[in-house]
Amino acid sequence: MRQVVLPVIGTVAAWRREARALAAAGVSPEQVAWCVGEGEHDLFAQNPVSTGIPREIRLSKAALQTIDSALCHSDPERFARAYATVLRLSNGNVRWGDRSDQAIRRILADAKAVGRDIHKMHAFVRFRELPADGPRRAFAAWFEPEHPIVEAATPFFAKRFGDMDWVITTPTVTATFLDGKLSFSQTRAHDRPPEDATEDLWRTYYASIFNPARLMVSAMQSEMPKKYWKNLPEARLIPDLIRKAPRRAVEMRDAMPTDPPARRAAVARSMLEREVSAPEAGSLDELREAAAGCTGCPLHGPATQTVFGEGPVDAPLMIVGEQPGDQEDLAGRPFVGPAGQEFDMAAQAAGLDRSLIYVTNAVKHFKFVPRGKRRIHQRPNVSEIEHCRWWLNLERRLIQPQLIVAMGASACASLTGSGTGILKRRGSVEPGPEGTPVLVTLHPSHILRLPDDLAKARARADLQADLERARSLMEAAAA
Amino acid sequence: MARRSLKEKLAILSDAAKYDASCASSGGERRDSRDGKGLGSSGGSGICHAYAPDGRCISLLKILMTNFCIYDCAYCVNRVSSQVERARFSVEEVVSLTVEFYRRNYIEGLFLSSGIIRSPDDTMADMVRIARTLREQENFRGYIHLKTIPDAAPELIDEAGKWADRLSINVEMPTETALAKLAPEKDAKGIRKTMAEVRLRREASREKTYRGKRKARFAPAGQSTQVIVGADGADDRAILSQSSNLYANYALSRVYYSAFSPIPDSSKALPLIRPPLMREHRLYQADWLLRFYGFEVGEIASDGMLDLDINPKLAWALANRAQFPVDVNRAPKEMLLRVPGFGTKSVQRLIAARRHRTLRYEDLKAMGAVMKHAAPFITAGGWSPRGLTDAASLRDRFAPPPQQLSLF
Repeated sequence: MRQVVLPVIGTVAAWRREARALAAAGVSPEQVAWCVGEGEHDLFAQNPVSTGIPREIRLSKAALQTIDSALCHSDPERFARAYATVLRLSNGNVRWGDRSDQAIRRILADAKAVGRDIHKMHAFVRFRELPADGPRRAFAAWFEPEHPIVEAATPFFAKRFGDMDWVITTPTVTATFLDGKLSFSQTRAHDRPPEDATEDLWRTYYASIFNPARLMVSAMQSEMPKKYWKNLPEARLIPDLIRKAPRRAVEMRDAMPTDPPARRAAVARSMLEREVSAPEAGSLDELREAAAGCTGCPLHGPATQTVFGEGPVDAPLMIVGEQPGDQEDLAGRPFVGPAGQEFDMAAQAAGLDRSLIYVTNAVKHFKFVPRGKRRIHQRPNVSEIEHCRWWLNLERRLIQPQLIVAMGASACASLTGSGTGILKRRGSVEPGPEGTPVLVTLHPSHILRLPDDLAKARARADLQADLERARSLMEAAAA
Repeated sequence: MARRSLKEKLAILSDAAKYDASCASSGGERRDSRDGKGLGSSGGSGICHAYAPDGRCISLLKILMTNFCIYDCAYCVNRVSSQVERARFSVEEVVSLTVEFYRRNYIEGLFLSSGIIRSPDDTMADMVRIARTLREQENFRGYIHLKTIPDAAPELIDEAGKWADRLSINVEMPTETALAKLAPEKDAKGIRKTMAEVRLRREASREKTYRGKRKARFAPAGQSTQVIVGADGADDRAILSQSSNLYANYALSRVYYSAFSPIPDSSKALPLIRPPLMREHRLYQADWLLRFYGFEVGEIASDGMLDLDINPKLAWALANRAQFPVDVNRAPKEMLLRVPGFGTKSVQRLIAARRHRTLRYEDLKAMGAVMKHAAPFITAGGWSPRGLTDAASLRDRFAPPPQQLSLF
């Protein structure tokens, strides 16, 4: 039998070293007794007892990390269990992560318990300020963790409190952070730092943020077990808060509603006085504002906002798309999403001047179904197109375009009464509402849905050709 | 009015903030102060530094800048028509409280909200100034959550997103009509527009520029919102439909549900009831099913209200027994996620393990599955539920036993 004594500070690193050496010497797990203490711990002072087959320890990163944390557990058997398990893992006798293996299950459970203890240390350490010598402020804390985790848990504090000096004392190990350097030593004196005046403010906050109408003591204790209470400045309030909570809640419920104070009337007056500048009657702005409050069809419910048309009021060309998409709905402007970019490219290539175009949609709200974090576009139905035609007609009468380009079936349905056979009709000019000619084309979003680049290029060229046609028609009309 | 001490102000303004449920401090940008030139760290999972006796965690200094307010929202303790005591923090007071609490490891950061004073823009500007002072003067690298004031100017939202990790704006009510009735000055469309703007700015900030540079950060920990449950007549289906819509529309990190709780000096417009805590809990469970388990709103809240006695996944499984039992060794992931008692983690472990061998009943418990719930709905090596899946009494195994009503 062989005794391996691991140091109190640097235990895990020492275990790794020793385990590697023992494995290389072929020492089997049952021949080793592990302990932590201050004695001599030089492995090669004594000769290996018996040599089996020498082994090299090879572990996955995940296994190594978990075993390292499990070694911070307080269970005295942890070193032997870990050594036996790494040998079995290296031999391929067991697969890492196999929870049906008892030792691995235990290591995973230990690592989890250690993780929880570290987390609770990060949460429940309470610093108290000490008089400082230099420019850096000085703080100290006393904490009692369940497992020997100080070395694993304190780098967190070094990252968080980089601009101050601090000491965290636990019953065994003390962590000291001085001028940016973290060091560990064995605890000599079990002194608590003196009280700090800020703790009183903290208790005030703790008592005020608690809602007595929702008292749930078990939920609190499962996350903040009583064993931590003695070092928490706020914990001394808990019994009293619990005792008085039912009465406070009943008092709140029983209190009769009171009449509003005089302030209420004054504020109400001042809110009324805020003037709202009304847009000019009969203008595009007035129309836009009226449309913003439209609840004519159910589409307004899930959407963000009405996306109204955009462009100069005297534009000779009006482009009508289907409906706003995801991006348009968020931004509140038509043709700003991916399909809008396709349109912009085609319009530019066709030589259309954007300042001469008024762009809008047949339907002014985005129709979609939510699916997780995305919105799936839905085609508007006949009744929705019908309802929204009212707005489109008002826009059209105000703009009085010489030509309308209807992009896609919905726009065609709205403007010509029929949205079918769009592939055959594309490029043709049809009589539109009140005699305005309507040029039929496909919606640019279909380019985005095409699978291969060749088809995309062809569709882009077609769209561009249609827009070029629109330009020449306008030029002919102007001449 | 007598000048109040810092302690009195803190008592008033934290009391006024306690009806906000959010306390998340996770995610966002990884920062630390290892360089010794600042204070604080953030990123990764958040830490709950204390728990109040209501079981809710305290991870942030959650306060109002002021509880003076010109709005008159019936459900709110700070509405203009309420008689509560009023107070207001100065910028320096909030900054110093945050830093001093943070240095003593009481908190993860600041959650600042406010009543609306003078105008939405004035209020937002003051809040932004607090966040800026913390970041620029104190080199504070902890977590900052700012409540966005509805209808504040876009430039202020922009600056708020620059200093804060998270922005939030409360939709408050499950329906627009309820909001119009109970919060006459608030506008549901305005709230949604602000959320849309935050999402667009966040997406823009994540795009790399032409030269591969990152743009300035904008609310790296996302945006969230809160809905009050039980103050109006909306059913769970309406609440969950709104949530699923908000997640899809504005890529929210979280929707918080806050059981309407009686407030001191309440309004005549609202019922004085015990907060519906169980309903709130079931809504959170349903919210998780929507986000991580592939359920649709129509499936879990088909009757309008969730079952208060059993969790929504179990309720769904009991109502859809034709799809069970599920063979854990063969079933696709989507179906395993629908088994009661299986969480996302246990499903992950189960799928990894079944590549190597056939899973037995005993293995499932070791993987973290809750077998009491799962057993009637699965088959595994050495286990078949036989008639249990279709037994008429199956619901009774999970629901709390019936109780004799009090005779008095």
